[in-house]
Amino acid sequence: MTYVGQPVDRLDGTAKVTGEARYSAEYPYPNMAYAALVHSTIARGRITRIDSATARKTPGVLAVITHENAPPMKPAPKMTPMDLSTLATGTTVNYLNTDEVHWNGQPIAVVVAETLEAAREAAHLVEVEYAEFPAVLDFAAEEGNATPQKNSLISEGGAKKGDPDAALAAAPFSLDLRYTTPGHNHNAIEPHSTTAFWDKDRLILHEGSQNIAWTQGHLAVRFDVPKENIRVISPFVGGAFGGKTMVWPGTVLTVLAAKVTGRPVRLMLTREGVNRTVGGRTPSIQRVAIGAEAGGSMTALIHTSITQNGKVGGGPEQVTSQTRHLYDAANLQVQQNLVELDTIANTVMRAPGESIGSFALEATVDELAYKLGMDPIELRARNEPARNPIDGKAFAHRMLLECYEVGAKEFGWGERSPEPGSMRDGKWLIGMGVASAYHPAWQFQANVTVRLSADGTVLVRCGFHEMGMGAATAQAQIAADALGVPLGAITVEYGDTALPTGPGAGGSGQTASIAASLITACEKLRRSVFSVARKTPGSPLRGRRFADVRAKDGGLYDGSRGESYQEILRRADRASIEAQVGSDTRLGEITGQVRFMSKFLMDRRRWVKAACGAQFCEVRVDSDTGEIRISRWLGVFDVGKVINAKTAASQLRGGIVMGIGMALAEETLVDPRNGRIMNAGLAEYHVPVHADIPSIDIRYLDDPDPTMPLGLLGIGEVGIVGVAGAIANAVYHATGKRVRDLPITLDKLL
Amino acid sequence: MVDVRMRVNGSIEKLDLEPRVSLLDALREHLGLTGTKKGCDQGACGACTVLVDGERISSCLALAVQYADRDITTIEGVEDPIQQSFVRHDGFQCGYCTSGQICSAIGMLAEHAAGAPSAVTGHLAAEQIDLTPEEIRERMSGNLCRCGAYNGIVAAIQESSR
Repeated sequence: MTYVGQPVDRLDGTAKVTGEARYSAEYPYPNMAYAALVHSTIARGRITRIDSATARKTPGVLAVITHENAPPMKPAPKMTPMDLSTLATGTTVNYLNTDEVHWNGQPIAVVVAETLEAAREAAHLVEVEYAEFPAVLDFAAEEGNATPQKNSLISEGGAKKGDPDAALAAAPFSLDLRYTTPGHNHNAIEPHSTTAFWDKDRLILHEGSQNIAWTQGHLAVRFDVPKENIRVISPFVGGAFGGKTMVWPGTVLTVLAAKVTGRPVRLMLTREGVNRTVGGRTPSIQRVAIGAEAGGSMTALIHTSITQNGKVGGGPEQVTSQTRHLYDAANLQVQQNLVELDTIANTVMRAPGESIGSFALEATVDELAYKLGMDPIELRARNEPARNPIDGKAFAHRMLLECYEVGAKEFGWGERSPEPGSMRDGKWLIGMGVASAYHPAWQFQANVTVRLSADGTVLVRCGFHEMGMGAATAQAQIAADALGVPLGAITVEYGDTALPTGPGAGGSGQTASIAASLITACEKLRRSVFSVARKTPGSPLRGRRFADVRAKDGGLYDGSRGESYQEILRRADRASIEAQVGSDTRLGEITGQVRFMSKFLMDRRRWVKAACGAQFCEVRVDSDTGEIRISRWLGVFDVGKVINAKTAASQLRGGIVMGIGMALAEETLVDPRNGRIMNAGLAEYHVPVHADIPSIDIRYLDDPDPTMPLGLLGIGEVGIVGVAGAIANAVYHATGKRVRDLPITLDKLL
Repeated sequence: MVDVRMRVNGSIEKLDLEPRVSLLDALREHLGLTGTKKGCDQGACGACTVLVDGERISSCLALAVQYADRDITTIEGVEDPIQQSFVRHDGFQCGYCTSGQICSAIGMLAEHAAGAPSAVTGHLAAEQIDLTPEEIRERMSGNLCRCGAYNGIVAAIQESSR
């Protein structure tokens, strides 16, 4: 039986439909106390008075911690590529260890009480006065102050080939367009939640996290304890999408509150608190310019962007990433630029960069197709590169045109009449649009152990993360195939820093990262089991060669000679045999980091690795009101080998749903006068609901990438890329209106 | 403090609560029934949906003291084939909205069976309303799923409505 590729039900499915799955605010401790945050109401300044006397007198209040009485914490660590956990810093503010305010919403006090209600009540009673400083708050107004992003080891700010400006000026057909996209918030349905308990100088932390190792490393620095003293437990994460990658103030302050009170403390951020204390996706201003010949060949392609960082943290988004790879333009330039604002640090959110960058690029390509009188898929085919356009490197795998071919046929692209406004159903204007999806493939370090027990069961242990991807199910499928055992024989332990250190869930790289180590560990295990069997008197495997032995039917067999794992272990009188890849010793850690970095740099020199796809969408626009409905969707993807047909399709579909939200509704609104997010709730920040989402058809080519473990390329992010572009293009086809400012709301069509 | 007696998942629970405690917090923090989720605490996401005498409500917008002597069903008390339909159709990813989706679906199916129309029902007085995907989507739109598992949820509900 082969499990890899099958639509296996999630192993944690029953736990999730019965309410048994425990998230981080759901671990009971005796004597639990509850925390609530007080947020600043100014963007920049100094606290001149903070009066917590009334709050303290509230019945049930145990402590009101402010900068006046908080114990010292160490500042956030400086970033270094030799310790990737230094990337976990949400913001560089040393919360409650300073009277300075750096963004509107920064926590300036934490109240701890016997009950949730008392904590929340008292939080409202803390009185604060400020001396305000001038602040930079209006992203749009900062455009003129943007500075180019510098190239770093991990992320490149710009690149140039040829003379794109001259080529653009000389091109017989050209476009030079400006796009804007707003900020977004992940708004996972589980608010960030922490349960913290100090047992003397040892911390137990239940935390919904995409990177428990980073969380552990970061808190060890902040609280000045060895990281072995901190255990982070996170078996279920209620959605994350990038928002639970860094360590945000709620986590740090819950740990602090537990330390101050000596009690187990639980903090679940309010929905407003999520928006105020967890960074979101940066807004952007983008320019895409294309010059082309009459036959469609691109002679110039320029894509530049401006995004924001918080002065207290955040990183650049690779907005122009896909533009390096998608079109064979003779002259090409990409450049990302940054402005710094007195806002909360921005952070990664599903396909940071490509999700918004592809909107601008793919809408411009569509506009060019109209200008040339050419089908937009044909235009893409004419500019499909044989090698990576920006630097001539080889593609490890590239089947973008195959995706379009399959998609065009399945979607009925040929039935589209290209003239805008030409397809109609009563009052509904119908539009069809396409766009390309693209996302780089990542692979990180993963330590894994695999233990085979005498009863034939297998235990896979790795501190990875499950936020809904079906991560454990996919790894169980891989292990079952590698060892030739039934899926039911496999148990996977994850989400705990007590386990071998796993990769973070980010960059769509978790599955590939674990798979690489797991396959090696299973191979080592098979060898160990075989060498035990070979030496055991009476074993049918005596005298056999490992090269001839296959793992199947729950054992090792050379043709029909061989026996079950249970028999092998029983015969050898062994309770279990274990294999390990990677190590959590200091030396092992350093080796792991070096191995990751050298593989990353070597791979980058040799290949461009990425998942890609073709998004097909049909919209219906109400000709009276401008209301936009998505009526059909097909996404065809080249994501290499798919491990679980069911969960992979779900994840790709989920990316498309989030992309539909981004295209039509989502927008973090910031008051430019005071830097305060105005729609910090799910009633005002509109994510897609059931009624917004039609049946979404997902196809994938299932052709393995030869350079990735099992040939898989990662599926978490590519699904959102191209979605907004495809919708904008379909809206144009329906209405003849180009909307270059997200979200595409009905007022922009009237 | 107020003594409250309510029936939760078939057993009588006696609680001594402040009047300001929401039904959601009473379930999660006082009874340890953490299967019911808090997503927004503002009635905007549906994650906290429970059944009260068979009707779906947002438990975050309900004060526990108002529900004395009512019959409350949380996900821990649900035993319905729809749960396995959710697994088969992959009607969730992270699982955090799932308890609410399932309770809401059960309540919604009862509303439909009682003949309640929705905003997309063609004839408000129709004798029989087909539970089309469009009807299900409309009736389930109070339950957000940020992972975007909507297709699977609709398929699971459709399967169990047959």
